[in-house]
Amino acid sequence: MEIEKFSYDNKIVKAFMIATVIFGLVGMLVGLTAAIQLFYPVFNFSDSPVGQFVSFGRIRPLHTNAIIFAFVGNAMFAGVYYSMQRLLKARMLSDTLSWIHFWGWQLIILAAAITLPLGITTSKEYAELEWPIDIAIALVWVVFGINMIGTIIKRRERHMYVAIWFYIATFVTVAVLHIVNSFEMPVSLFKSYSWYAGVQDALVQWWYGHNAVAFFLTTPFLGIMYYFLPKAANRPVYSYRLSIIHFWALIFIYIWAGPHHLLYSTLPDWAQSLGVVFSIMLIAPSWGGMLNGLMTLRGAWDRVREDAVLKFMVVAITAYGMATLEGPLLSLKNVNAIAHFTDWIVAHVHVGGLGWNGFLIFAVLYWTVPRMWNTKLYSSKLANIHFWLGTLGIIFYALPMYVSGVTQSLMWKEFNPEGFLVYKNFLETTVQILPLHGLRAMGGLLYFTGTVIMTYNLMKTAYAGSFIANEPAEAAPLAKNYVVKTGGWHYRLLEHKPLLFTVLALVAILIGGIIELVPTFLIKSNVPTIASVKPYTPLELQGRDIYIREGCVSCHSQLIRPFRSETERYGEYSKSGEFVYDHPFLWGSKRTGPDLHRIGGKYSNTWHYNHMLAPDAVSTGSIMPAYPWLFEQSIDKGSTGAKISALRTVGVPYPEGYEENANADLEKQAETIAASLKNDGIEVSSDTEIIAIIAYLQRLGTDIKAEKVAVNK
Amino acid sequence: MYKNVLQSMTDVAIWPVISFIIFFAFFITLLVYVFLVDKKFIQYMKSLPMDDETPKSSTETVNHHV
Repeated sequence: MEIEKFSYDNKIVKAFMIATVIFGLVGMLVGLTAAIQLFYPVFNFSDSPVGQFVSFGRIRPLHTNAIIFAFVGNAMFAGVYYSMQRLLKARMLSDTLSWIHFWGWQLIILAAAITLPLGITTSKEYAELEWPIDIAIALVWVVFGINMIGTIIKRRERHMYVAIWFYIATFVTVAVLHIVNSFEMPVSLFKSYSWYAGVQDALVQWWYGHNAVAFFLTTPFLGIMYYFLPKAANRPVYSYRLSIIHFWALIFIYIWAGPHHLLYSTLPDWAQSLGVVFSIMLIAPSWGGMLNGLMTLRGAWDRVREDAVLKFMVVAITAYGMATLEGPLLSLKNVNAIAHFTDWIVAHVHVGGLGWNGFLIFAVLYWTVPRMWNTKLYSSKLANIHFWLGTLGIIFYALPMYVSGVTQSLMWKEFNPEGFLVYKNFLETTVQILPLHGLRAMGGLLYFTGTVIMTYNLMKTAYAGSFIANEPAEAAPLAKNYVVKTGGWHYRLLEHKPLLFTVLALVAILIGGIIELVPTFLIKSNVPTIASVKPYTPLELQGRDIYIREGCVSCHSQLIRPFRSETERYGEYSKSGEFVYDHPFLWGSKRTGPDLHRIGGKYSNTWHYNHMLAPDAVSTGSIMPAYPWLFEQSIDKGSTGAKISALRTVGVPYPEGYEENANADLEKQAETIAASLKNDGIEVSSDTEIIAIIAYLQRLGTDIKAEKVAVNK
Repeated sequence: MYKNVLQSMTDVAIWPVISFIIFFAFFITLLVYVFLVDKKFIQYMKSLPMDDETPKSSTETVNHHV
């Protein structure tokens, strides 16, 4: 067979790497800002003209999106494009597709960076971007997929190494997750309502959210680990057999575990139990993978002492092991009862994010940049300093968050001998943990400083070397009539047939997804209806959309769990039937402030008015940002009709033609609230946004108080 | 209620058995596959990331200063 000469495209890898570093710095800086806002609320800059664009509720999704999709996403593409070409002995299918992929992805990031601070959001975690951007993501993802599968088809190496399997599973699963979770009804170019409501929306969202962690943050990086770790350690992976089990068991089991995000919620019990069981099962493949990684270093541990790349990898793989043990433990109902809604979860995701993703990315950058620029790393001393700053950063981040999470949770649950809550005022539990939030920000600062040092080190390295844009390579093409000589064809079936492989991976993830989602949609009695629950009025609807825009869901849950400590504090526990008109659901995942599901009627309109204007003046010590712009901006009445129509399309029973007179009802209700405020001496136009949000807050959770619950049993 | 749905299904007891069989079969097949697979093949697969280096002596290297 004649040897073919070709070259690997390093330029695209370089572009993705530069984007990784830039967005890593940006995303971490935004995260650091958000962390500081939590103990110095003045950094929300509420009273400045930019206040509404940088308040915590808008900054937090910017941070998560920047880190997940910009920093980790670009790093994933860099790692995939580098390793895939070399493992398959082929240049990527098409340079044009590679660059469409690159610029398309950066444009999506740009769109996110503009829309999220503007409050254009669906509010569904890690899926906040509005529908036009969702479509763009789907298109760019397909370009990536075509480029990848095309490269696999024209490969010169017949066997697909396990890293390629992980990349294929990533592509297929993220496509399925993104499409299913993004079904939404557009109202305008910048606004849509989730197709699903309440408990169904929650189930789809966390099936997505959990598997975004699995297939965006984990599987591609396991592929990257299986390629770069043997390279850096200069020895093959410890057990290839184990990596086969790791792959199939992981993708088969992971997809089922989503409901563990909804324990003690109104999700049917069988689905919650399913989530728990599969989460526990996940320990096996995850730890198999971790051990496989660490054992690869056997006999090379002496080099770990000197080589920063290996150091980063060891901590990354250890963090993977810790996070994937902690995750299943957190999904046990008794542990979850303590940890859910607290900083414990924040600690957990950052062990994964800072430790696993961050450190593995740093290792890959330190390893590839000198090679791509044909030189040596500028300073291994600086790389070691980065390693220690990063490691200390993780420790200073995670430990205070664990202490904070457990402290707050125990305070929420503490009863005195008379049977009353000891900390009846939620704020006491918030103030208690502020010093720990300060320490966490210091951890973040250490980690960020390390990343700045890395940036400097890598830039110096690149300037000292000369970039190899096209790395020459040679290999024989695949023979047309291939005959397996040893071992038997069936053992190599999968590694030879990329399309069959892709289909099998798809089947493996669809089984779990379908069994989990379909019953909740088809069996009506899974969501018992409550006769007294009615659709939101137009004013409440506008208020709800302001609640979504301001990202209130980042800090306030709307889900009271059936614990005595919660029913004492908040009132009757939440029922599925109460959320049937909630497009999207707003249960939240974190209680920085108290739950709001039964806030309706608890305080007067005047209290809410003053509280939104100056939270600290109403509740001394409150860390909630002020929302002065709600008192200046007018309700967007022009959108009311379209919103009513869109919601009717997705199943909310507004009467036909109601969109025509919805604004009349809106104004009437607004006048009532303005009049009640006037009674307390507050003059305010009934057109302002504050009126709408008061209307929404006063409605929350009140429907079942109106009449005796009529549950459809 | 969900309970009624289950009661109205004929031979409902077969479903847990089917679930068990799917899982048992999946993991047993996986284990059997992994243990029977040819050792030489495993060695070959293992070495894939190790031998993709391009000789640095190549004169065709396209260098660009950045």
